[in-house]
Amino acid sequence: MQDSTPFLQLLGISKKFGSVTALSKVSLSLHQGEILALLGENGAGKTTLMNILFGHYVADSGSITLNGKELPSGSPRHALKAGLGMVHQHFTLADNMSVFDNITLGTEPLFAFRRKKSEAIRKIKDLINAYELDVDHRSLVKHLSVGQRQRVEILKALYRDTRILILDEPTAVLTPQESEHLFATLRLLVDKGLAIIFITHKLKEVIGVSDRCLVLRHGVVTYEHRTSETDMDTLAREMVGGEVPKVEVLPGAPGETVLSLHMVSACDRHGFSLLHEASLHLRSGEILGIAGVSGNGQGHLADLISGLLSPSSGSFELLGEEVVRLGPVDMVRRGVGRIPEDRTGTGLIGDMNVQENLILENYWKKEVSRYGLLKASFMKKNSEEITSRYDVRCGGEELPVRMMSGGNMQKLILGRVLSEKPSVIMANQPTWGLDVGAATFVHSQLISASRSGAGVIIISEDLDELFKVADVIQVMYQGSLSAPIQPSATNAREMGLAMSGHLDVFTMVSPEEACHAA
Amino acid sequence: MRLEPREQSSMVLKAMVPLGSAAAALLVCSVLIVWADASPVEAFFLFIKGSVGTRFALSETLARTIPLIFTGLAAAIAFKAKLWNIGAEGQLYGGACIATWLGTGMIDLPGWLMLPLLFSTGALVGGLLLLGPTLLKTWLKVDEVVTTLLLNFIIILLVNYLVFGPWKDPMAMGWPQAKGVVDAAVLPTILAKTRLHMGIFWALASALLLWAFMRFTTWGYQIRAVGFNPVASRFVGISVNSVVIRTALISGGLAGCAGVSELCGLKGYLTLDLSPGFGYSGIVVAMLAALHPLGVVVSAFFVAMLSIGADSMSRSLNISNFIADVATAVSLLAVLVSMLLARYKIRWR
Amino acid sequence: MDTLQLFLEAGFWMAVVRMATPLLFGTLGELICERAGVLNLGIEGIMAAGCMSGWTWVYLGGDLWGGILFAACVGGAFGLLHAIFTVHLGLSQHVTGLGITMLASALSSFVFRMVLPDVTTPPKIVPFAPMDIPILGDIPVLGPIIFNQSPLTLLALILVFFVGWFLKHTPAGLALCMTGENPMAVESQGLSVFAIRTCAVVVGSGLMAVGGAFLTLSAFDAFYIGMVNGRGWICIALVVFSSWKPSKALLGVVLFAAFDALQMRVQQDVSMVIPYQFYLMMPYVFSIVALIIMSRRSAYPKALLVPFRKGER
Repeated sequence: MQDSTPFLQLLGISKKFGSVTALSKVSLSLHQGEILALLGENGAGKTTLMNILFGHYVADSGSITLNGKELPSGSPRHALKAGLGMVHQHFTLADNMSVFDNITLGTEPLFAFRRKKSEAIRKIKDLINAYELDVDHRSLVKHLSVGQRQRVEILKALYRDTRILILDEPTAVLTPQESEHLFATLRLLVDKGLAIIFITHKLKEVIGVSDRCLVLRHGVVTYEHRTSETDMDTLAREMVGGEVPKVEVLPGAPGETVLSLHMVSACDRHGFSLLHEASLHLRSGEILGIAGVSGNGQGHLADLISGLLSPSSGSFELLGEEVVRLGPVDMVRRGVGRIPEDRTGTGLIGDMNVQENLILENYWKKEVSRYGLLKASFMKKNSEEITSRYDVRCGGEELPVRMMSGGNMQKLILGRVLSEKPSVIMANQPTWGLDVGAATFVHSQLISASRSGAGVIIISEDLDELFKVADVIQVMYQGSLSAPIQPSATNAREMGLAMSGHLDVFTMVSPEEACHAA
Repeated sequence: MRLEPREQSSMVLKAMVPLGSAAAALLVCSVLIVWADASPVEAFFLFIKGSVGTRFALSETLARTIPLIFTGLAAAIAFKAKLWNIGAEGQLYGGACIATWLGTGMIDLPGWLMLPLLFSTGALVGGLLLLGPTLLKTWLKVDEVVTTLLLNFIIILLVNYLVFGPWKDPMAMGWPQAKGVVDAAVLPTILAKTRLHMGIFWALASALLLWAFMRFTTWGYQIRAVGFNPVASRFVGISVNSVVIRTALISGGLAGCAGVSELCGLKGYLTLDLSPGFGYSGIVVAMLAALHPLGVVVSAFFVAMLSIGADSMSRSLNISNFIADVATAVSLLAVLVSMLLARYKIRWR
Repeated sequence: MDTLQLFLEAGFWMAVVRMATPLLFGTLGELICERAGVLNLGIEGIMAAGCMSGWTWVYLGGDLWGGILFAACVGGAFGLLHAIFTVHLGLSQHVTGLGITMLASALSSFVFRMVLPDVTTPPKIVPFAPMDIPILGDIPVLGPIIFNQSPLTLLALILVFFVGWFLKHTPAGLALCMTGENPMAVESQGLSVFAIRTCAVVVGSGLMAVGGAFLTLSAFDAFYIGMVNGRGWICIALVVFSSWKPSKALLGVVLFAAFDALQMRVQQDVSMVIPYQFYLMMPYVFSIVALIIMSRRSAYPKALLVPFRKGER
């Protein structure tokens, strides 16, 4: 299956961002008809390496040879021309344009008099049929589901007769079934002679799909092996660099219901349904996981509980009291701690310093400000306390927080929320993009908060995360919630079915019963 | 070419920002001066002499600083909240109009009451003039840049109508100007035989107050939060719209004060040349100061120097005084670039 | 009142189309910039620079078309400056645009004073004469309105269709629109966002300058300071009104010009009753009203005002 000279060869690639070394002398080779898994933690440099290969970044040193020829650096155009195709983790599609426009952009000479549409459409249709990439080339991208968008990205690459396909964390947004479908497609492509680089941090996928795997840690290749001759434990150790930190899961002792939604629906300004008859019951001392493919209303559920969205029907009770049109401030006052999905965009104000960011949610409280004047002494004390208790490392309390790492930002938000001793915690994707160390810290903090009496909701697209920490899981699909199920009572296949719309897979027992049985 | 964020920007770099901009302005102007067949060195000395070289020149520059502080503060606070108020020129005339209406004999009050009344009503009118575009922005998402800009033209035409029509002073020998303000409404000069007036204290006090407001109050904190990140502000329960509206009232109010102080301190009557574009120069002042209220005082003085000094220099050398506008514009663009360079490194490739 | 009759007069519509011409150039230019994702508030100053440079070229002995070309180049140069600042350095498009307006206006005034140091009434040049196209000009009604105009007017009308077709049907047009929607989509397909945006801003600014040059080389025959008088800002409002579509821009501009021409006529008739200043306000008021009307359904190019930095998400 492999010939001796590799099709693609990266030699001694190094890259620094400022004083941070992102990659150090990374070498990699790829043969035709092979799937190479590039494994590593968040922040290990996988995406940076691929961005260098694709020409988004320029390496400080090192060379890239493709099919015996050196690839000019820093030019996606040359990379594309040489037969590289990349499916980015954050899709690079224009929402207001059609699938067709997105695929054909840049494939014709720019200064042609007219676009050659009919030929292009035929070619796209052929590709769709050949690789079972079901999507309508006429629809606007904004109307597509996440899975369909990914297919458009793959089509974009195939349309250019790609010989090497790079996929960056392609399964992060898919259901287990969709992932299987994707893997089947990849097999089909490899059989046609393509080479594939598959970036992931999920060990199971590496074992399941790849021919060979390469582990990257802190920008250095630490391990390279044929997949068939290795195992998950070895990979996990190599990835983390030692034993994988275990989250200590304490047994839960659920108490009284702290938050309950009963048949809650919500709409946006245009009457478009955001939540549809969603029900959930959260008890103190319990961690409720919300699973689902991204874009199925998890954000709206988080908004609802954060006080940014009002229900249009149904009942919403917090600590035994009906919630009617409460804003974020009222929610915080009533003891809801909120950890938003986008920590740089929503959770923090990048241009403000640590002290100022820490009072964002309570600057109106008496101990923080009086007569409209902020208390500098409180701010200083508060930030010293939180940064030391939650191990937040920042260059200085006066520096803007945008200079901090993702893990430290999340710790800052965690500290801000937990120091208020909330009785309900709404955490949306709390470990997204964090390395194992930081993620473990976040998990253990959330678990200990719940065991000392708070009700915690964790929204995550990562099933493994939920299986690890949640006491109960509900699946969200198109704004509706499934009945709760205990992680031990289900499996990935059932979850996947629920995530793609078969919400009734768990309803062997009624919601109330399941809840009490838990 | 790529931009790379600097790990930390040193004080030296930050100090280079204003110097670099001034140097760029100097360079461009030197080219123009050479083109006009004059010596840049001589021009520079004439410029310095004409702006700060004599007691009179300095007083003129300081007098010119006053309205620029007001409009600079107006732009600074609005821009801080990402409210693009380009309408300070109109708001300035709005303030001057109401002060003319009240201050030319309509009411009779002692000076210690009259001036505060004129300033507060002027601020009110300025604020209200910005309130309209701001409400359109918050309710209907109408871009405030265009509406405030267009409003300038409308208000200036209105002033045009007033000074040519109902408010025209019959004693002005046909000049289009309104009646002079009563004695109680005059801001007294503080330096004999100059035009430097009490307004300078009003302006400095405003800068100091605004600085304290932005730094120590929850309202100031909210304005900064909204300007930096409206999404996060909404998330933590700050009502972005009401903060923006509040900011608009303050910003418009400051611009209105510029009109009152020019009217009561310098001109004494309303004309169409009350402001040679103070509203627009205010934007430059604010940007040069990196939107810092106390920095505005310094940069207002710098911009005032540019116009007063260039005026006198161009008269001596017979160069068009538009060179002052060129210098102002160049320093604005240069300060933008140098502020960027203080935060980012440029890497070729 | 014979307002209705006015609408039937060919002369009225000729005036409308003539008044629409500079706005058409300006609006198209701004539209191109904004479709690529760059707001160009330099328009007011760039139009002024076009006014001055076109006129100066002709005044110093160049021919009229040379003046137009020269104005376009000067406009393009200011556009390039704007592009370097906003596209390559990622500076605030608002503030940079205003800076460009200030710089371009001040430089035009300065250069004008250099060319003509001591003249109070600026000398005149011979502007474009109305065209006399044989067959087309003889078409009833439409003939004189469209073809009995300055050639620049015809050029502007042709440009509307050209730009519309370009954006919709050519690969380059697709790339331009895509840049304004999501620069990453363009970058990932191997095209340079910087190059596309720079070209769009340079070409767009060139068009704005031609709009300015129309004022001195066709509508009037002299240059005076402050001549653009807010037309640039009005163009920006018209771009919003047009929902970033050239065909609707034509509609908006003609509607606006008709309104403007109407107020001028009415002003002459009844100037005693309402002071003329209020008529002069009408274009600005109308622009604001147009903005308000269109605000609800305006679909901004998604990446408008968002700087693109290579290697950042």
